[in-house]
Amino acid sequence: MAMKKPSVPFSGTPEQKEALLSVIHELRGEKGCLMPIMQKAQEIYGYLPIEVQTIISDELGVPLEKIYGIATFYSQFALNPKGRYQISVCLGTACYVKGSGDIYNKLMELLGIVGGECTPDGKFSLDACRCVGACGLAPVMMVNDEVYGRLSVDDVEAILAKYD
Amino acid sequence: MYRAHVLVCGGTGCTSSGSQKILEKLNRELDKQGLTKEVAVVQTGCHGLCALGPIMVVYPEAVFYSMVKEEDIAEIVEEHLLKGRVVKRLVYDETLTDDGVKSLAETDFYKKQHRIALRNCGVINPEVIEEYIGTGGYEALGRVLTEMTPDEVIQIILDSGLRGRGGAGFPTGLKWKFASSNRGNVQKYVCCNADEGDPGAFMDRSVLEGDPHVVLEAMAIAGYAIGANQGYIYVRAEYPIAVKRLEIAIGQAREYGLLGKDIFGTGFDFDIDLRLGAGAFVCGEETALMVSIEGNRGEPRPRPPFPAVKGLFESPTILNNVETYANIPQIILNGADWFASMGTEKSKGTKVFALGGKINNTGLVEIPMGTTLRTVVEEIGGGIPNGKKFKAAQTGGPSGGCIPAEHFDIPIDYDNLIEIGSMMGSGGLIVMDEDNCMVDIAKFFLEFTVDESCGKCTPCRVGTKRMYEILDKITKGQGTLEDLDRLEELAYYIKDNSLCGLGQTAPNPVLSTLRYFRDEYVAHVVDKKCPAGVCKALLSYHIDADKCKGCTLCARTCPAGAIEGKVKEPHMIRQDKCIKCGACMEKCRFGAIYKE
Repeated sequence: MAMKKPSVPFSGTPEQKEALLSVIHELRGEKGCLMPIMQKAQEIYGYLPIEVQTIISDELGVPLEKIYGIATFYSQFALNPKGRYQISVCLGTACYVKGSGDIYNKLMELLGIVGGECTPDGKFSLDACRCVGACGLAPVMMVNDEVYGRLSVDDVEAILAKYD
Repeated sequence: MYRAHVLVCGGTGCTSSGSQKILEKLNRELDKQGLTKEVAVVQTGCHGLCALGPIMVVYPEAVFYSMVKEEDIAEIVEEHLLKGRVVKRLVYDETLTDDGVKSLAETDFYKKQHRIALRNCGVINPEVIEEYIGTGGYEALGRVLTEMTPDEVIQIILDSGLRGRGGAGFPTGLKWKFASSNRGNVQKYVCCNADEGDPGAFMDRSVLEGDPHVVLEAMAIAGYAIGANQGYIYVRAEYPIAVKRLEIAIGQAREYGLLGKDIFGTGFDFDIDLRLGAGAFVCGEETALMVSIEGNRGEPRPRPPFPAVKGLFESPTILNNVETYANIPQIILNGADWFASMGTEKSKGTKVFALGGKINNTGLVEIPMGTTLRTVVEEIGGGIPNGKKFKAAQTGGPSGGCIPAEHFDIPIDYDNLIEIGSMMGSGGLIVMDEDNCMVDIAKFFLEFTVDESCGKCTPCRVGTKRMYEILDKITKGQGTLEDLDRLEELAYYIKDNSLCGLGQTAPNPVLSTLRYFRDEYVAHVVDKKCPAGVCKALLSYHIDADKCKGCTLCARTCPAGAIEGKVKEPHMIRQDKCIKCGACMEKCRFGAIYKE
């Protein structure tokens, strides 16, 4: 996977860096601490740009290529910033057989972006996810932590309109 | 003493449909009526009937309120909790009888269930350790540490016939036995696989959310049995509620001395830490999971050496799934014979299934092994919605297959499912009706595997991609009969040559649909038709001139301007302009538009 130049320049604050350094300091002695540190780093910055990966690499003495390898392996790590409203559409089996694929397509059409991207104004980002475990409510989509279940394609526009 | 208990479901399904707001509103209303000293509110784990969420149960009568809304709460509090009159319009209608309300246990959904792993889910407050202890929790650990030798513990698990609930069905006792040599001299680990990645399965999440202590207790028992004093639970970060409740549970267990040093004063030390997964399906594979806990890319490695010999941090390790652990304390307390008396010859006990897809009662059910698919779908699941016809049940997730109606009466257990080309997997059971295209479903699963293949071995990395491309071609109407042979050839090659379980089972969805629904593949390839009407490239929309009243609604709805016709005269669709969105068909009030 080639590194795509992020559309938004890195704008980490000194406070964020300090928070990251204290996490690294706290966890560095533990066995297998790299992933927990990366997870915390993503919590602090919202994503894992190369600048943040470099800090972790320098502090832990772990090669950057290893950190990059992990960051690109797991779908939870994001190299690009997310929108203020993160939309994820469940494409798990139960949702898929009930038509979540159509909902995903409708969102791409309405937002003018494809999965994994963020709208240019930074408002919405769209991702497909595999099963949020709310199969009883299929098909399901989430906007940040809000879950919308038992959806039909016609509901999508009204849901987007709620976020202004 | 409270005179009534209100249980509000706090599982992910009900939380998603708004149970948190209901809980808050309920507390406010009880306060307003001055009932807070008489009525206790308990937030529980999943009840299983997620389709009816948010769910609320009022005891002592066990009245089951379903699909409760915030605005209903005031009425329930005033009528039921204050005046003692059940609000019948909100009660789950299956429990309504002519002369009142019957218990939930008598409904079709619950009647055939036998809850062992889900015993406490929806019953206790998972964030309060005393409630777990109150239902016999940590008694098994106490008995094991004070009355049994480690070998006796392993023997009872062996005798029970318990097999791993995570998918492959390996005997749990045997796994423990392999890891048990050299106790006390080497560092060992007990791991719990809570990386439930199989889309459509959520029983492990429900156990973690509804009864987290059972997993801790069972892991401590396993630690005693093999001689380990450290455990790790690898849990999906996508399950925030489960993570939170596990953290609370671990803290409480440490506080009570049930984890940590010198448990029950027996000199046995055991502690547990959490590790969060980061969204990689392959990390459900045991070697990949351990590599991931070590902080690396979760790529599997060849076995042997098996984890029992060389696992986490190169030490002997056992790894069991959440549901497997949830059975352990009950087996210790009730005995191996009790457990082995349930199920079939080679599959003992019960299994939790997550019913989903085109079925009325979606949710979690725990049934004895050997229950037939017919019972699950028709009785417990309440059949298919909208009078549609059952086409297939998909089990085993991306590693499993589709079971057609001809095998409706087969008893579900590990071996029977393998025989008919599917597998148990972690217990997802997705029902499909005549509107689902089996080629499309096979393509859906292959897309998943292509995405989730870790890329380490070529058969899986390249092979699944090629299979996906062929399936994509078929759904676009460009497939040939030779493609079907090629699919099969590739499938067997990938199964035989892949490094881990992901690749070895990835072709199963294709093989099983080719086996049972070959005519659908042939229809796509030869007739260039999708019988279920799913594959867009093979569809066309038409207007039945006899039924069309010429109301012009469809022409106004069409986003592509593809519908022509004069008012009060039959319309027609121009195929060169139609984008096959189906909007016209949805809008037509006369049923005049059809697709083929």
